[in-house]
Amino acid sequence: MHIIVCVKQVPDAKDVRLDPATNTLAREGVESIMNPYDRHALEEAVAIKEQVGGSVTVVTMGPPQAEAVLREAIACGADDAVLVSDRAFAGADTWATSYTLAKAIQALGNSDLVLCGKQAIDGDTAQVGPGLAHRLNLPFVTCVQKTRSVTGEAIEVERMMDDGFDVVRLPLPALMTVVKDVNEPRVASLKGKMKAKKAVIKKLSAADIGAEAQCIGLAGSPTKVVRVFSPEPRGDRQMFSGSVDQQVEQLVERLKAHLST
Amino acid sequence: MDYFFTEQQQMIIDTAREITNEKIIPVRAELDENNQFPREILQDIAKADLFSIFVPEEYGGFGGGCFEIVLALEELARGCVGVATSFAASALGIFPVLIAGTDEQKQKYMPDIASGARWAAFGLTEANAGSDASGIRTTAVLDGDEWVLNGTKQWITNGGESQIYTIVALTDPSKGARGASIFVVEDGDPGFSYGKKENKMGIRSSATRELVMKDCRIPKDRLVGRRGTGFITVMKTLDMSRPGIASLGVGLAQAALDEAVTYAKQRVQFGKPIIAFQAIQHILADMAMQVEAARALVYGAARHIDAHPKDMSKVSSMCKVFATDMAMKVTTDAVQVLGGYGYMKEYPVEKMMRDAKILQIYEGTNQIQRNVIGQELNKEYAA
Repeated sequence: MHIIVCVKQVPDAKDVRLDPATNTLAREGVESIMNPYDRHALEEAVAIKEQVGGSVTVVTMGPPQAEAVLREAIACGADDAVLVSDRAFAGADTWATSYTLAKAIQALGNSDLVLCGKQAIDGDTAQVGPGLAHRLNLPFVTCVQKTRSVTGEAIEVERMMDDGFDVVRLPLPALMTVVKDVNEPRVASLKGKMKAKKAVIKKLSAADIGAEAQCIGLAGSPTKVVRVFSPEPRGDRQMFSGSVDQQVEQLVERLKAHLST
Repeated sequence: MDYFFTEQQQMIIDTAREITNEKIIPVRAELDENNQFPREILQDIAKADLFSIFVPEEYGGFGGGCFEIVLALEELARGCVGVATSFAASALGIFPVLIAGTDEQKQKYMPDIASGARWAAFGLTEANAGSDASGIRTTAVLDGDEWVLNGTKQWITNGGESQIYTIVALTDPSKGARGASIFVVEDGDPGFSYGKKENKMGIRSSATRELVMKDCRIPKDRLVGRRGTGFITVMKTLDMSRPGIASLGVGLAQAALDEAVTYAKQRVQFGKPIIAFQAIQHILADMAMQVEAARALVYGAARHIDAHPKDMSKVSSMCKVFATDMAMKVTTDAVQVLGGYGYMKEYPVEKMMRDAKILQIYEGTNQIQRNVIGQELNKEYAA
């Protein structure tokens, strides 16, 4: 089984700043990491590979330095890595990104399963996974919390819902996005790290994947960011502690005091 | 301080650090509270290839030595000495095979040790054979093509959890220590069972258990090394393993120092963070000096041992004593810096202090180590 995992390099959430001039995320001088949800998608792909055999290819669209997350992915069990990179991709929204990733996956040839993290922690849209499935004309399921079974023909998973989960069975090829509950990612192995150091990362440009100029980058992105701002801190807050009864008592006291003023 | 690690050594440190931060620290208090063996963490360690670091490349390992083990253990001990001890005990258990085993024995066991598919344990101590290891009573008698073992081993780390045990038994009881030999006993061998499980003060996540051999029959080829050379192999094994225990002390003390400094910067008394007071600064400064001095000695000793010199016992004992006495002192001081909070289980330093004590006791008490150092000095200055 050939599994593709889409990963994104994102700024470490511990250190998020906005560029006041452009209203976009400041990426200069901020440490980059693999999007945490994608780390879980990769682990799930590697676990499925270990169970049924096959190979895992990680794909990212990004600037040349995004190669770092691809090497990390190889250290964590991926077999091959592809960097889809071109100046023309700059400024892509989720519409243009899903187009570009779809073209790249098609250029790579046969794949049985595509995995993505539920969303990236920088944009937080959760649109690229479903968008990519649409572009590739694949059945898809989002927010997978558990893989129940995999065969050459189908995959059965649990989709996380607010009040439990759905059991969904998809014929392969298919696409799924995962939540963090799906697994506990392993620590990269020594052999993996050595392999990652030597690995040759395949690079694909806009021309290599046959992308049309009007569909990629800023030109292919209908989204316009009008304004980005940090919300004003809300007013006075008070945390109650103790048992539930004690907290309720404190809350009632507080409300009484509030009403009497 | 920069110790100029090779790229491979740095990779081992980074990997062990990731295991500690991601897999050990989040669950260590729970494992300690419940006396729970860290089976899943050891599986994570196996997946990360850390069990392979000291295994020769021809048996599927990384080809490192004592120094590589020291580096990994220091990082793991920063998370939990109980978990790190369980990892270290597997290395200790297989050292006799690595030191004195035949190629067939190494082929049989080392690849599984490297992959972490099977764990090992070392069976030396008995009820009446602690510091005086020559007091062992377990016997092995050759009966046709099989050895028949009888006796009980006590306080065996990883007992009941490992699959491979190296057992020290007397093959010629009349010769005392010169009549000892080492055997591999495997989980499931007829007549081999597990006895009492200990409830300990510290390193509570590690398993400490009796091994019981009652007419335990094993194939003839399980003898490790020549008959009667058991104690020589035991001494070589302990020479190689003691720097590992020393590094547990370094990692543990580093963790205690980290906690103490972090707390001292946050805790405000008399209107200032307590780190602003000289009384606290001096405690922290002494802790930092001792940790770094111990680390330098342990690294130096491990590198010395990896050069396979004849005189390894003295430095091996020196680093074990120094680093573990240091760990006891530094963890006790960390509790002092945290004051009342340090005594409570909400903070990790009380566990660190409990875990430190065993380091001065196991793999040869620090008094026995001083005997070794003293005897070696006596020999050195004899001429």
